[in-house]
Amino acid sequence: MEMNLLTKGERAFSIFSVVVLLLVSVMALAPFVLILMSSITQEKVLLTNGYSFWPAEFSFDSYLYMWNQREQIGRSYLTSLGVTAVGTAVSLMITTMLAYPMSRRDFKYHNHLSFFVFFTMLFNGGLVASYIMWTRIFHIQNTYFALLLPNLLLSGMNVLLVRNYYQNSVPFDLIEAAEIDGASELVTFWRVMIPLSVPVNVTVGLFTGLAYWNDWTNALYYVNDPFYFGIQNFLVRMMNNIQFLSSGSAAGMVSGGTVQLPSTGIRMSLAVIGVLPILVIYPFLQKYLTKGVIMGAIKG
Amino acid sequence: MVTNKKQQHSKTLSLFLIAIPGIAYLLINNYIPMLGILLAFKDYSFIKGPFLSEWNGLENFTFLFQSDNAWIMVRNTLCYNVVFIILTTATAIFIAILMNEVNKRTISKFFQASLLLPNLVSMVIVSYLVYAFLNPETGLLNNTLEALGFSAINWYSEPKYWPYILPIVNVWKNAGYASIVYIGSISGIDASMYEAARIDGAGKLKQIFSITIPQIKSTVIIMVLMSIGRIFASDFGLFYQVPMDSGALYNVTQTIDTYVYRALMVNNDVGMASAAALIQSTVGFILVLSANGLVRKIDKENSLF
Repeated sequence: MEMNLLTKGERAFSIFSVVVLLLVSVMALAPFVLILMSSITQEKVLLTNGYSFWPAEFSFDSYLYMWNQREQIGRSYLTSLGVTAVGTAVSLMITTMLAYPMSRRDFKYHNHLSFFVFFTMLFNGGLVASYIMWTRIFHIQNTYFALLLPNLLLSGMNVLLVRNYYQNSVPFDLIEAAEIDGASELVTFWRVMIPLSVPVNVTVGLFTGLAYWNDWTNALYYVNDPFYFGIQNFLVRMMNNIQFLSSGSAAGMVSGGTVQLPSTGIRMSLAVIGVLPILVIYPFLQKYLTKGVIMGAIKG
Repeated sequence: MVTNKKQQHSKTLSLFLIAIPGIAYLLINNYIPMLGILLAFKDYSFIKGPFLSEWNGLENFTFLFQSDNAWIMVRNTLCYNVVFIILTTATAIFIAILMNEVNKRTISKFFQASLLLPNLVSMVIVSYLVYAFLNPETGLLNNTLEALGFSAINWYSEPKYWPYILPIVNVWKNAGYASIVYIGSISGIDASMYEAARIDGAGKLKQIFSITIPQIKSTVIIMVLMSIGRIFASDFGLFYQVPMDSGALYNVTQTIDTYVYRALMVNNDVGMASAAALIQSTVGFILVLSANGLVRKIDKENSLF
């Protein structure tokens, strides 16, 4: 009905909007298409024509080469997956545990606790002090702790998001009812509050998971043994030195013969597998992501 | 409910116990390094360590300001951030206004998904995407330039292009994400205002300039103020990994964050690095407080505290 009421100018503007947004979307996606197409271009073609949106000759050599180097690439991939899974699980746990007492207005110290968390969002000691603490006091360099502990495990913003959720969306009557039933605080938290916080924890978990998957600075600062590299730092190392890939295990063996390292194409195929997990989960999580952005940007 | 003092006490204790893991983490990860900024006043020795190194007053700061480094990194950090704030905000508002005109939900969802994707990938991936365009031998840009009869450019060693490249990369990565807030804000505008304007014969552009933009003004101001609060911080990956840590580009890519990293990890100069870090933390703190104070004046609901 409303469509019929649109004037000519309004309809023109609507079409204009779609066309412009289509162009903008193409610009947003084009670099991804470029690396995907380049990753399935034949190495020789790449060397003469360079990276392009449409290969003169297709080839899956660089993926085949990666498959042959699966020991090294696979381990960094598994490291990233494992660190993301463990980090996100622990993070959700302690985030919720910190947020819940903060949300209880009848808890004597809830304001002190909120300030304690909030202050970490205003002021930070910077890289030097953190680096010296983690390496001189805790000695986390070249361990999995180096990937898990610094900075990513708990974000003040996430704690505040969960606290707000508890305060605004969970009726206090529920806590009182549990208390009247004789439940202890721990039982109330475990049986009532954790199950109720699932919606906000999906969003918070998504942000935390992305932060872990995408992180490369922790390993840049605290790790120099490639054994502990996740996929991001593997990619950093590959960018600086493509030979890094062939230096590890029995290099370049394809069906018995030695093949040359497809160094131009393989950079692109590595980038593709680095983005892949995000693309796979993206359609399921877009909704939570937009919700989280709005929750985080404008409080409340 | 009957609550005597003892019960009250045990409740407080239990709730406090639940919070302990989080408190412990923040004490270690955040609060100890806050004390650690005092290293800026020490002559740090790797042998003596953080506690036994000797105090040296303001010497680290004197050294820092005697070199060109201080000026270059502050200039770059501030100038890039100003350009980023203007470009990203303008693009995000533009996207949001257009998005509001798309009536089909499936189409607008597709647009939003594509525009958000760049924000979800790491700066390492972004550096690969940029490399596919800028690689001197096989990059798309040089191939296009050569096909058109121009000569190839050695992008990673030519400083003059990076003040354009970095803002483009930044807008590409962040504009879609920033637009989400404005889309939300525009969709909250009372539809009857547009109806009234249409009855008065106002065209689309007129509606945008006299209804949409004034209605989202306070959101825009708040978002911009929040960004100004972070103007002394820079995206380390954008300035370190995207230009591939190229020494020829330091003059236009060095920000406070890359300087602190290089001074600490490459030159092992803890004194200079911690002096720069202390200045960044302190000025950043003052800026966040002031920005929030201003937001509070405009709209109490949206201030951080």
